[in-house]
Amino acid sequence: MQRENGKIVITVLGKDRVGIVAGISRILAGHKVNILDLASTKMEDVFVMVVLADLSGADVSIAGLREELYREADRIKVEVMVHHYDVFKAMQRV
Amino acid sequence: MSSKVGIDEILETVDMIAYKHLNIRTVTLGLNVLDAASPSPGVTRRRVVEKMLHEAGGLAEAVDEISGEYGIEIVNSRIALTPLAIVTAPLVASVDGARAKEELVELAKEIDGIAGDIGIDLVGGYGALVHKGETVADRVLIASIPDALTSTGRICSSINVADTRSGINVDAIAMLGHVISEVGKRSPEGHGAACARLMVLANAPEDNPFMAGGFHGLGSADKVVNVGVSGPAVLLAAIRNAPDLDLRGMAELVKRTAFKITRLGELVGREIALRIGAEFGAVDLSLAPAPAPNESVARILEAMGVESMGLPGSVGALMILVDSIKKGGVMAASRTGGFSGAFIPVSEDPGMSAAVSNGTLTISGLLALTAVSATGLDMVPIPGDTPPDVISSLILDQVAIGVAVDKSVGVRLIPVPGAKPGDKVNFGGLFGEGVVVDVPHEGSGPLLARGGRVPPSLLTLRN
Repeated sequence: MQRENGKIVITVLGKDRVGIVAGISRILAGHKVNILDLASTKMEDVFVMVVLADLSGADVSIAGLREELYREADRIKVEVMVHHYDVFKAMQRV
Repeated sequence: MSSKVGIDEILETVDMIAYKHLNIRTVTLGLNVLDAASPSPGVTRRRVVEKMLHEAGGLAEAVDEISGEYGIEIVNSRIALTPLAIVTAPLVASVDGARAKEELVELAKEIDGIAGDIGIDLVGGYGALVHKGETVADRVLIASIPDALTSTGRICSSINVADTRSGINVDAIAMLGHVISEVGKRSPEGHGAACARLMVLANAPEDNPFMAGGFHGLGSADKVVNVGVSGPAVLLAAIRNAPDLDLRGMAELVKRTAFKITRLGELVGREIALRIGAEFGAVDLSLAPAPAPNESVARILEAMGVESMGLPGSVGALMILVDSIKKGGVMAASRTGGFSGAFIPVSEDPGMSAAVSNGTLTISGLLALTAVSATGLDMVPIPGDTPPDVISSLILDQVAIGVAVDKSVGVRLIPVPGAKPGDKVNFGGLFGEGVVVDVPHEGSGPLLARGGRVPPSLLTLRN
């Protein structure tokens, strides 16, 4: 499998409300994290946002970014998860 | 197929990791310590410790780093050493019998302490390979097991007593009945828990990431990373969500799910090996259960359609499950190893304990299941007053199945002092809560007393 250095997937789940996209993207922009793709959907009444981002030009590690996103998630009352893109490629592609 | 992973696939993956407890159960570093051998006990200890510090000192940190980078929980970091009865043979030859035993226990304590210092959860390899007979050093090590296991908390002991090509060492099995009984009586917590760190094996795999049976095989390179995955809850949810699938469809579903689970082990194992400068060994395809409601292989069988684990049909269901896990997993791993089947420990797996409590799972039923599972009578709490020859007779039955079917099996029986069948016992952490299984008070003492070794199975004659 070709490794995708620096690519991460941020998954956000929560009650749909104003400010979720803004809250998350403000942190990403603050660390120069490049958003490659962004998609959202609704599962029952839960808002789900998936962000594919590139950390290679950023000034933060995955672990550091995760910590900050957790704090923001607490504040805006959503759940956020950060995984390396390689996890998804490994599990979903032969 | 598009190479970009879509949102549905991302959400499926996140669901497995975040809500179905998909994680890496163990990253186990196999470490060759043959070069620690010395007639001097002090030199042997120093060399083993130096090797652990030098080669495995960075393992726990690398595991934390990878876990953080990928967003995947890695539950245990472990070390598997070369069987220490081989490493300590020069030591045993140079000091007298009673002192040799004490020196081995000192070595176990030293390893235990260093493992704690460097963040290692369990260390395997306090063991011997005696399937074709015991050396003097093997006998000393086996005799030292009660002292070693009851004075340490991380040391795991494994003894290979049989293999398809060599036959069955009944003398060693007879000895080990007494050893297990004594470890049970002397376990410091009072309920036999140190027996959870002692496994008796047939056809022992040399690259087993799981404990207590893991050790570093003699045919291996110096430093090898092997990985064990978890994931029963993922499979359980998949099967529960598909009540109308026929057996062909269900087999396919298990295959596809096992592929995804195993791939995570492959990814993590490869990265950790790279980071600590070790060879990447194998992924064990077995889905390790855990003491949590849905982390249960028994519950998977029940979701497949067995009314309660242990009832007629259980062996068939387990066979279907294991076969499909292997077919999915083998494609996902560049190298498979360890037990690569399905673990059905009585403790650890809450569905197994429940089945013992409600009477559907008995010791005979368990033995029958081991013909198609990985390991064997695993983490089975039994009454503490079970006679040693009954323990040995159960081991004989189990390893005989292993030899006849030509597969790896391991026995972990836990005689719990003062306990009666049906009593609940908590062994703590990953070892979980078990229910004491009823076993007969008589076995095949006279058969064991004949002594000696069973000649190799006919399966050996393949040339």
